[in-house]
Amino acid sequence: MARTAVRGRLSWQTATVGAVVNQTPTARTLLLDVADWPGHRAGQHVDIRLTAEDGYQAERAYSIASAPGEPLAITVERLEDGEVSPYLTQESQPGDLLEVRGPIGGYFVWQPAFGGPLLLLAGGSGIVPLRAILRYRALLGSSVPTRLLYSSRRLEDVIYRDELSVRLEGLKVSYTLTRSQPAGWAGYARRVDEAMLADVAWPAADKPLAYVCGPTSFVEAAATGLVGLGYPPVRVRTERFGATGQ
Amino acid sequence: MSPISRGFHRKRQEADPSRVPPGQYVTGDFPVLSAGPTPRTALTNWTFSITGGHEPKSWTWQEFRALPAETVTTDIHCVTRWSKLDTTWQGISLDVLLAAVEYEAEYVLAFCDGGYTTNLPVADLTGGRAWVAFGYGDGPLGPEHGGPARLLVPHLYFWKSAKWVRGLRLRDTDEPGFWENYGYHMYGDPWREQRYAGD
Repeated sequence: MARTAVRGRLSWQTATVGAVVNQTPTARTLLLDVADWPGHRAGQHVDIRLTAEDGYQAERAYSIASAPGEPLAITVERLEDGEVSPYLTQESQPGDLLEVRGPIGGYFVWQPAFGGPLLLLAGGSGIVPLRAILRYRALLGSSVPTRLLYSSRRLEDVIYRDELSVRLEGLKVSYTLTRSQPAGWAGYARRVDEAMLADVAWPAADKPLAYVCGPTSFVEAAATGLVGLGYPPVRVRTERFGATGQ
Repeated sequence: MSPISRGFHRKRQEADPSRVPPGQYVTGDFPVLSAGPTPRTALTNWTFSITGGHEPKSWTWQEFRALPAETVTTDIHCVTRWSKLDTTWQGISLDVLLAAVEYEAEYVLAFCDGGYTTNLPVADLTGGRAWVAFGYGDGPLGPEHGGPARLLVPHLYFWKSAKWVRGLRLRDTDEPGFWENYGYHMYGDPWREQRYAGD
């Protein structure tokens, strides 16, 4: 595994909310204007801190949605019983202030030197760091062969739908909708399983590099499925979020 | 001085500051965070080893499970900000395991199935503060939570409680492990919010 130099202290920086874009009924992208943003790599995350008038603070981690070289952006999925995500997806407006610390994480990242072929598996808002990878790939004009399989509950829950429908050389996007499908749906209509991965994923013999991000149940199924198809575990990078339901 | 985020209000109940470290929130769930696929090692192939002392020492699963086990109820704190209170574990104290080897080393690098590593001072593994846990709640420790066995070092951020642990390498120097190489703190005390290097 590649080693990264341990950096100096990461300090909190004030960010001003720029444009906000509602991606789905529950997901919103926020551009964050940070005076001295040091830049980030595709796949990293940031810590966000909110401060209430009474001094109460809450911190959460969110994946960075923008490519390296682009302004910092996050996409947040609302958790109904959450404290920070309802604020960010419903309340925050351009001009509002919050604090950012980062970028954080160095394993779940992609750089052109890592090559490919790339396999990206997203469950729900697990698409966010993978979108940063895809945008970076597009920004560089890279044609590294890439396949994305994106699992959502319903079509209206698909984040970045328009952006992902743009045809790019060497990129193939597949969808599965696990809860309901529109009439005439041609994609998959079940949770990710080994048979679906066998259809979509590069053969292990192609020595692909896989990035898997989503809720724990999705990542467990997808990563275990890839290992079952012969992917060496070290070629399957994962990022899990949320509860196990236990 | 932090700027006010307009319109933001507390929604969660105030956490007990004697139980919940700064920047953490209490969850009833048990989230899972791992960098790769969940490894599945057959118990017949499983061993726990301590190397780097005067003589290496290794236990098979049967030998390990024959050691005196303890039930531990403790709070755990993940660097991603969730804390879970009153979790109950079954495990073997590292006092028992380390007593089986002679060593002068002051640090260990824990190693795991899947290639994960993390570094800890020996002093944090002794004195009834650390275990190799094989049970969670009333049952065995599930693979997604690190089963068959994981470290349990609840006074440090939970990435130090390495899942799928297979042994300890005793070392004279404190060498960074997996997340520590990616900028996370070398020690990881949640009460001092030692999340990242330099904190």
